[in-house]
Amino acid sequence: MKVVVDLSRCQGYAQCAFLAPDAFRMHGEEALMYNPNPDDVQREQVLRAAAACPLQAILVDQLEGRDAPVEATPS
Amino acid sequence: MSSADTLEAFKRDGRIVIVGASLAGLRTAEALRDKGFTGSLTMIGDELGEPYDRPPLSKQVLTGWVPADGTVLPRRRDIDAEWLLGVPADGLDLATNHVHLADGREVPFDRMLISTGVRARPWFVEAEAALDGVFVVRTREDAEGLQQAMAAGPSRVLIIGAGFTGSEIASICRERDIAVTVAELAPAPLVGGLGAMIGEVAADIQRAHGVDLRCGVKVTQLEGDAQGHFRRAHFDDGSTVDADVAVVALGGIRNTEWLRDSGLAVGIWGVACDAGCRAFDLNGLVTDDIFVAGDVARCPNPIYEYRFISLEHWANAVEQAEIAAHNMLSAQADRWPHLSIPTFWSIQFGINIKSVGVPTFADEVVVTQGSVPDHRFVAAYGYQGRVTAAVSFNNAKWLDHYRQLIETAAPFPPPCPTPDTPADAKPVPVDFPGPTLLAQGATVVVTGHDPGERRVTAMRQHR
Ligand SMILES: Cc1cc2nc3c(=O)[nH]c(=O)nc-3n(C[C@H](O)[C@H](O)[C@H](O)COP(=O)(O)OP(=O)(O)OC[C@H]3O[C@@H](n4cnc5c(N)ncnc54)[C@H](O)[C@@H]3O)c2cc1C
Ligand code: SF4
Repeated sequence: MKVVVDLSRCQGYAQCAFLAPDAFRMHGEEALMYNPNPDDVQREQVLRAAAACPLQAILVDQLEGRDAPVEATPS
Repeated sequence: MSSADTLEAFKRDGRIVIVGASLAGLRTAEALRDKGFTGSLTMIGDELGEPYDRPPLSKQVLTGWVPADGTVLPRRRDIDAEWLLGVPADGLDLATNHVHLADGREVPFDRMLISTGVRARPWFVEAEAALDGVFVVRTREDAEGLQQAMAAGPSRVLIIGAGFTGSEIASICRERDIAVTVAELAPAPLVGGLGAMIGEVAADIQRAHGVDLRCGVKVTQLEGDAQGHFRRAHFDDGSTVDADVAVVALGGIRNTEWLRDSGLAVGIWGVACDAGCRAFDLNGLVTDDIFVAGDVARCPNPIYEYRFISLEHWANAVEQAEIAAHNMLSAQADRWPHLSIPTFWSIQFGINIKSVGVPTFADEVVVTQGSVPDHRFVAAYGYQGRVTAAVSFNNAKWLDHYRQLIETAAPFPPPCPTPDTPADAKPVPVDFPGPTLLAQGATVVVTGHDPGERRVTAMRQHR
């Protein structure tokens, strides 16, 4: 699944790292490192983390499971 | 037909073309659909594959945690676009409203967005840049190559340029226990972005982590072996460093060459636009149908004396995308200005560095709270007695407070908002290497006398 964290909003409260430790990790005291492509088995955890983030900084793909939207047409 | 009818018709079946299919382009497309645009949308991008996020490339990807192809951006919604990927746009015709592609195709539009961003500045000697083991980091492919070179266990990595990207990569080398030399022309790392005082803090941090930091030196030559692999770098002080990997982290070049003959106000600083993201033409007239967003945009900010400012910040691309999309679909009276205070983050050596405002727009800087030796502090920047920016090291929670100070033009130096007033809270000159915000020389000539015929012509840049 695809994830992006708006790190300019994130204030390092670490709720996400607590709820989904495989996808979100604290690096030092307050820097967040996250996996932008966590395995689908982590889906429930990641969704819970996104819902719990007090700054709503975590965006999870809204299209997953639907048709892949890209038809690249290289020439 | 009234202009309101025209606008409704445009929202219903107009044609919008977006050139540059990355963060700013994708977010604009999503916002356009969100705001009810049902016409045709075309995404033109020279990179193959879906839009992806770049900040993780110098962080999670280089540590080896996340594969380089694992940073594809999540979608907020379907954009129902036609994607023309893998071919660059190489021209824009404002007379007929067409984008010209390098393969000869012409794509017509009613309104378009320019979001072509920046590319990495390459090493200045082409043959040396082509050596095996010499990298830049801007794209997914760049990061993939460098990650593999790091995983191969190089004896040493040389990083040329200690800005944010170079410093982040140095940090990852140390994390991976790879010996690293950082060469920087300025007296310290991060000086170009944050000034000399914070630069010294950054230098201490790098050295404490075992970086061989060499400041005030210039790399003059990259030397390869018989197999064409990078082996040694020469410095202007006569010294050398042996390494297997060199990372050229000398900043970016704005992707504006394709607009050279378009008649828009473009140059090395980007595409000039108004606060509503509408592009200016060469004469300084604002256009109605051409919009700009992201790293390639150069936009006046009323908070900073209406100066034109270009920012290579993730949040700026996201915010301008929203403004551009709104204004593309709005009548004059309903347009929004992009008035937000810039924000930036960088993660290096286990420290969360964040900034708010424009630190280069300052004459003084002062540590306002926390402790510099503990690497947990906030420094405020001031210009002529008012707060214009702040930077935090592991103290991000406080930046909103400083954002408010900037927005209200609060007096500088500001009082410490917490009991942890630093020992030595005295403003010092900010000391930037050059006037980074000023335009670099005249680039146009004016012709004609009557108001009806006076026009501006671009001069070719000689660099
Ligand atoms: C390694 C790295 C680390 C970063 N870390 C941070 C960070 O920690 N914090 C932060 O705030 N920001 C960071 N940034 C900056 C952030 O990624 C950018 O601000 C953001 O990518 C800007 O998005 P954009 O869409 O404007 O431009 P870009 O992402 O540069 O996208 C422009 C797109 O247009 C394409 N293009 C160019 N010319 C043409 C053409 N003629 N025709 C068609 N397509 C074209 C390009 O190939 C590219 O796909 C980092 C950037 C990099 C490279
Ligand atoms: S919960 Fe939100 S604010 Fe807290 S660390 Fe995670 S992303 Fe950042």
